[in-house]
Amino acid sequence: MKLDSKIPAGPLKDKWTNHKNHLKLVAPNNRPKIDIIVVGTGLAGASAAASLGEMGYNVKAFCFQDSPRRAHSIAAQGGINAAKNYQNDGDSVYRLFYDTIKGGDYRAREANVHRLAEVSGNIIDQCVAQGVPFAREYGGMLDNRSFGGTQVQRTFYAAGQTGQQLLLGAYSALSRQIGLGRVQMYNRHEMLELVKVDGKARGIIARNLITGEIERHSAHAVVIASGGYGNVYFLSTNAMGSNVTAGWKIHKQGALFANPCYVQIHPTCIPVHGTNQSKLTLMSESLRNSGRIWVPKKKEDAEAIRAGKLKPTQIAEEDRDYYLERRYPAFGNLVPRDVASRAAKERCDAGYGIEANDTNEGVYLDFSTEIQTKGRQTAYAKGNHNPTAEEITALGKQWLEEKYGNLFTMYQKITDENPYETPMKIYPAVHYTMGGVWVDYNLQSTIPGCFVAGEANFSDHGANRLGASALMQGLADGYFVLPYTISNYLADEIRTGKISTESPEFVEAESRVKDSISKFLNNNGTKSVDYFHKKLGNIMWNKVGMGRNEKGLTEAVAEIAQLKEDFYKDVYVPGSADELNPELEKALRVADFIELGQLMAMDALQRKESCGGHFREEYQDAEGETLRDDENFKFVGAWEYKGDDISKEELHKEELKYEEIKIAARNYK
Amino acid sequence: MSAAKNININLKIWRQKNANSKGSMETYKLDNVSTASSFLEMLDQLNEQLINEKKEPVAFDHDCREGICGMCSLYINGRAHGPDTGITTCQLHMRMFKDGDTIYIEPWRSKAFPVIKDLVVDRSAFDRIQQAGGFVSVNTSGNTIDANSIPVPKVDADKAFEAAACIGCGACVATCKNGSAMLFVGAKVSQYALLPQGKVEATQRVLNMVRQMDEEGFGNCTNTGACEIECPKGISLENIARMNREYLKASLK
Ligand SMILES: Cc1cc2nc3c(=O)[nH]c(=O)nc-3n(C[C@H](O)[C@H](O)[C@H](O)COP(=O)(O)OP(=O)(O)OC[C@H]3O[C@@H](n4cnc5c(N)ncnc54)[C@H](O)[C@@H]3O)c2cc1C
Ligand code: SF4
Ligand code: FES
Repeated sequence: MKLDSKIPAGPLKDKWTNHKNHLKLVAPNNRPKIDIIVVGTGLAGASAAASLGEMGYNVKAFCFQDSPRRAHSIAAQGGINAAKNYQNDGDSVYRLFYDTIKGGDYRAREANVHRLAEVSGNIIDQCVAQGVPFAREYGGMLDNRSFGGTQVQRTFYAAGQTGQQLLLGAYSALSRQIGLGRVQMYNRHEMLELVKVDGKARGIIARNLITGEIERHSAHAVVIASGGYGNVYFLSTNAMGSNVTAGWKIHKQGALFANPCYVQIHPTCIPVHGTNQSKLTLMSESLRNSGRIWVPKKKEDAEAIRAGKLKPTQIAEEDRDYYLERRYPAFGNLVPRDVASRAAKERCDAGYGIEANDTNEGVYLDFSTEIQTKGRQTAYAKGNHNPTAEEITALGKQWLEEKYGNLFTMYQKITDENPYETPMKIYPAVHYTMGGVWVDYNLQSTIPGCFVAGEANFSDHGANRLGASALMQGLADGYFVLPYTISNYLADEIRTGKISTESPEFVEAESRVKDSISKFLNNNGTKSVDYFHKKLGNIMWNKVGMGRNEKGLTEAVAEIAQLKEDFYKDVYVPGSADELNPELEKALRVADFIELGQLMAMDALQRKESCGGHFREEYQDAEGETLRDDENFKFVGAWEYKGDDISKEELHKEELKYEEIKIAARNYK
Repeated sequence: MSAAKNININLKIWRQKNANSKGSMETYKLDNVSTASSFLEMLDQLNEQLINEKKEPVAFDHDCREGICGMCSLYINGRAHGPDTGITTCQLHMRMFKDGDTIYIEPWRSKAFPVIKDLVVDRSAFDRIQQAGGFVSVNTSGNTIDANSIPVPKVDADKAFEAAACIGCGACVATCKNGSAMLFVGAKVSQYALLPQGKVEATQRVLNMVRQMDEEGFGNCTNTGACEIECPKGISLENIARMNREYLKASLK
């Protein structure tokens, strides 16, 4: 198989414009003759379904939740980037492009990232027009803040609920199309198989999660917008239902899976509290604008804190190690996520962790300095030039509450501690997956007619993702890229006519699904699905987590292969096929997680360099920073499925070419 | 953190095979529940126990487990989202309960939210209300005007945001003795009514959404205010008043 990224010729800044000018179109009167399936209604899927419906295509959209409004995108807190330069701090399309490529450790595609930066401004315009209530300044203009890995303020936000507001915006656009009858919505439906006819994607098999009915749906093109696969680790910041099934099923049908080992570990999550924990909660990165990260300088202090004998507020300023400010003076607490995460791990591994859990993993995120600074500023702004200490503290806390109130409440509900009074405890957790289905510049996978958007594809982030760029990518794909590129593909489909669901291909795909369901239900094993999922998570976190090495990865490959065997032998799935059966849903998802987990370990094993979220312990410099190998690894690693035995998958390389940007070591000092 | 400890609890849970069958309260005993666990993690633990005993686990809705998707529901000890205010069920933690407590868990009870199974109900009526008009009719073409050319006073933007924060969980309906959806619909109508972008269609919007709300079988609002108390996002009754004003204005046109 030869990978053709279809990157248009010409200067980088004109590629997208030129490409759009030459893409084929479908005339408005022909669009109603064409059916499109969209799997997933997060930011990517909802915006795609709404846009394609608006254009006049027949759209069928699917999600496993009870409403499209609940897709995992809803949980994004911090914000969305756009190169608007409203703050006049020197931002531009080029800078957003540059920061993103550098942030991704030079493992993203230039052309895709440039297009993303180009349309970013448009996304904000679109969302505001839809009534998304972004934060405003007193003059009525949009407010911005900054995120890790950048030195400008380009992040638009709606308190700590930006994803929610953006998704509700996309959901409202989608609802409008549903109301108009242009989009048919299938809630509580899960896609379990892709149907190919003559090599092209022609439909899906879905399970109605309420009745258990297996349904056939045909279309001229299929869009997969099913989100990320962070739940391979069991514990992650992802919603419980997030899974890889749609992406993995198309992989098995011939779509290559790219860079599976690139996982983003987010530095500011609430540490693990116990063995019954089901997920981890993120504290938005925007908090790093106001919080300072530290651990005690003395090991005795860390020990005393863990033993509950000392409070963080009792540690004097000079006994605190603000390790990010120490190591990275230029960016300080705002270094990119992978850098901040590794630095926290380094301190905890060295024995300075402050959390009293099994692993002592936790560091402080402290707001006391900010309370003083902002309290004083606010007092001055109110004309009070001699504020008392109490006044300053009160005003500072009030300022924090206005900016981050919901996050602070969330933290308090979970931990029972008051972050206005004592520093938050945080530790890195699995958050976002940069890898995903390989797509070309048109967002088409290696299966003709099968497009992949949002977190489910691999294309825009490289080995690391900067904050506030995933929301941007999801909406860019759905609102502004797919409508053009899908039409180009569909222009050749206007004569195809309705696609029958009675063909042997549909029959065969349906029976594959029914077989795997009945296998699980008749398995009569002894252990729950979660039992295996947690085992997988343990292997992944310990051996394919924040630090990876050859030995661990080799072990992981073997252990996961063994786990797969045990899973099929001994899993017990209660209930029946023709009813709402959450355990069955989980079993089908975990089956795919296990196979993908193995591929992730294989991918990490072959990538003998450190870059972004992929830290191979063998490849680091004297200061413990990542050591990339551009000579040998400047490629996208795309895997081809070769049957049940995952270890047989074949690696294809898409060489990355940097025309505009000079590759350099990533330095945030 | 107050140190976590383990407690033993008794559970009375509504079990119902499907929409057409009759349900009943069943009793379960669950030991060694960490007070640091969330309420849903406690249910996971129960389900693990049931699966090990080869019994059917309890079906309940959940996804984000951080209080934002609106998927979790549950009527706990007679209160929507349980014995704490301003939170969803997934944010409720077991430290709110004591060793030996008996906890009653039921699904949302409302005519417009039929039970699907056990604790899972069908809230798609909310979607249909939104489809009737909960949007601004703008093309998704990307050819809109620059975002800053629509200035919005901060006070209005903040108010619109507060209304828009509704997560569509349905606690307001479940807790209302009339099963009214006014808080949910009021929040949506208010969000757009407060923003310049939404004004153009304000009349049609409120008429359509209210018509759909009535068709879905939600009850009438009699101003008891229970919805506001149980709403996890603090959506204020002010939004119902604003919707009523908008509705009146629209009806007089
Ligand atoms: C806690 C948190 C905070 C975040 N904060 C930020 C932030 O501040 N800024 C930022 O840019 N990014 C943030 N992110 C990342 C960002 O939210 C996600 O990457 C992005 O929302 C993914 O969108 P999506 O549309 O690709 O997928 P999702 O929103 O995950 O949607 C997936 C959809 O696919 C459906 N689906 C999946 N599988 C199937 C199937 N088999 N059949 C049918 N339907 C299926 C689901 O029902 C859902 O509708 C955050 C992520 C998390 C977890
Ligand atoms: S108004 Fe409050 S209680 Fe009602 S659906 Fe919205 S968030 Fe839930
Ligand atoms: S599970 Fe999402 S709000 Fe509770």
